[in-house]
Amino acid sequence: MSKKYDAGVKEYRDTYWTPDYVPLDTDLLACFKCTGQEGVPREEVAAAVAAESSTGTWSTVWSELLTDLEFYKGRCYRIEDVPGDKESFYAFIAYPLDLFEEGSITNVLTSLVGNVFGFKALRHLRLEDIRFPMAFIKTCGGPPNGIVVERDRLNKYGRPLLGCTIKPKLGLSGKNYGRVVYECLRGGLDLTKDDENINSQPFQRWRERFEFVAEAVKLAQQETGEVKGHYLNCTATTPEEMYERAEFAKELDMPIIMHDYITGGFTANTGLANWCRKNGMLLHIHRAMHAVIDRHPKHGIHFRVLAKCLRLSGGDQLHTGTVVGKLEGDRQTTLGYIDNLRESFVPEDRTRGNFFDQDWGSMPGVFAVASGGIHVWHMPALLAIFGDDSCLQFGGGTHGHPWGSAAGAAANRVALEACVKARNAGREIEKESRDILMEAAKHSPELAIALETWKEIKFEFDTVDKLDVQQ
Amino acid sequence: MPFQSTVGDYQTVATLETFGFLPPMTQDEIYDQIAYIIAQGWSPVIEHVHPSGSMQTYWSYWKLPFFGEKDLNVVVSELEACHRAYPDHHVRMVGYDAYTQSQGTAFVVFEGR
Repeated sequence: MSKKYDAGVKEYRDTYWTPDYVPLDTDLLACFKCTGQEGVPREEVAAAVAAESSTGTWSTVWSELLTDLEFYKGRCYRIEDVPGDKESFYAFIAYPLDLFEEGSITNVLTSLVGNVFGFKALRHLRLEDIRFPMAFIKTCGGPPNGIVVERDRLNKYGRPLLGCTIKPKLGLSGKNYGRVVYECLRGGLDLTKDDENINSQPFQRWRERFEFVAEAVKLAQQETGEVKGHYLNCTATTPEEMYERAEFAKELDMPIIMHDYITGGFTANTGLANWCRKNGMLLHIHRAMHAVIDRHPKHGIHFRVLAKCLRLSGGDQLHTGTVVGKLEGDRQTTLGYIDNLRESFVPEDRTRGNFFDQDWGSMPGVFAVASGGIHVWHMPALLAIFGDDSCLQFGGGTHGHPWGSAAGAAANRVALEACVKARNAGREIEKESRDILMEAAKHSPELAIALETWKEIKFEFDTVDKLDVQQ
Repeated sequence: MPFQSTVGDYQTVATLETFGFLPPMTQDEIYDQIAYIIAQGWSPVIEHVHPSGSMQTYWSYWKLPFFGEKDLNVVVSELEACHRAYPDHHVRMVGYDAYTQSQGTAFVVFEGR
């Protein structure tokens, strides 16, 4: 039915607060944690978020009447208290599918976390979760290979992958860098990684690195009889240069490359993931800059959203934090988003921070990568938390070994296999961690020395961002 | 004073993937791992290859995958039969997961030479 144009400013809630609305299966649903300015009613704040992240602007405009905004508008359909927090609340918003370009994570984020985050009526705003509808998921490429294919390519079964980042992270020449890769891989690691800061600096241009690393990988593979790889970082200044590096990695017959998806951007990431799918290349994803966005409990984007976005944009491995190491992240929250990386269906579970049922359909899974301040003593807990479909990366815990990186690698490999063997045999690996590691060290001097070296190191700080549950 | 280094020399070893860095398992330990495969609902599969072909994707099946086999003793006697038939081959135990179409686990039980 046609309406008359009524110029002026209307309250957002008249149009965008629709508590009777029943979301459609095809709607994209979002949960925001909102903290409004004092005196602004919750419904008005929530409706403003829905409006500003979809069709609304501050004033009524005549051109709205050229279309059917009822069809296109986002709607806040539910408001909930945040447990233990009086000043904030959750707003649940449903967006019609047609607001978003097919397969474009960039477009989804531009809408949902665009202008609205600077909106004056809000003090803080945090995007806690998104339920992506199957109709959208089916338009995304997702992981170029996924967990199953990656295992088949690397011939690693029944255990987590074992890796490490090459250190020092900056300043090594290409040849020296390749040496460190070789040492780690001959010592028993499956994979090594370019530090995210390594792109193509004056001390080590990318082509040099790629060539020396390729030689190291092939040699280690020959000598150990196992499949090896190194994440060659293709993050670059422009997409053209990124693809040039990826092509060269392929020419060198390397199995895996790497990209930094937040600093590089979702458009670049989706493009590189598509290239990987076409070229049979595995893709490791780093997440530099995530903590700027996800660490504040009341503002920004929760990492579970960034993780879901990565699974859709494409990547075969994604960093998720370690729970036990030097970087932020509590156990339940981490489990909540690693489920969203790996499973085909994840039910709503507030104790894990998941606000929606999320059906992933046939989308392949992503390996969860645990990296940062971890060492052999953490191994039992890491295996218990992350399970087999993970990649455990010990940087300092490899290169810091008194005998060097090869021995450090061997120590980690022995510890990992001892824990897997004990778990399979029915032992409680977290409770019995000490016994399991000490037994394993009896036949591995490398492990015995590693256990001695890192026996006192712990990172016991409380997490800044906790789940919102009544304490 | 002669310098005595406390640094050991790490020698590269050729290994056969999962459990390659642990000492050979005892019979009981092997039984535990097979029991784990069965408890996961995976099908036991026995594969073997001459050591010169250990990096091939495909090793030869021993018979066929033992789909739905729940009896630990059957699996163990098949492993031994395979080893008797191919004493110079590597023999590995695979837990095949039809749901993921992947190997839940795989490890070498007998090393050939």
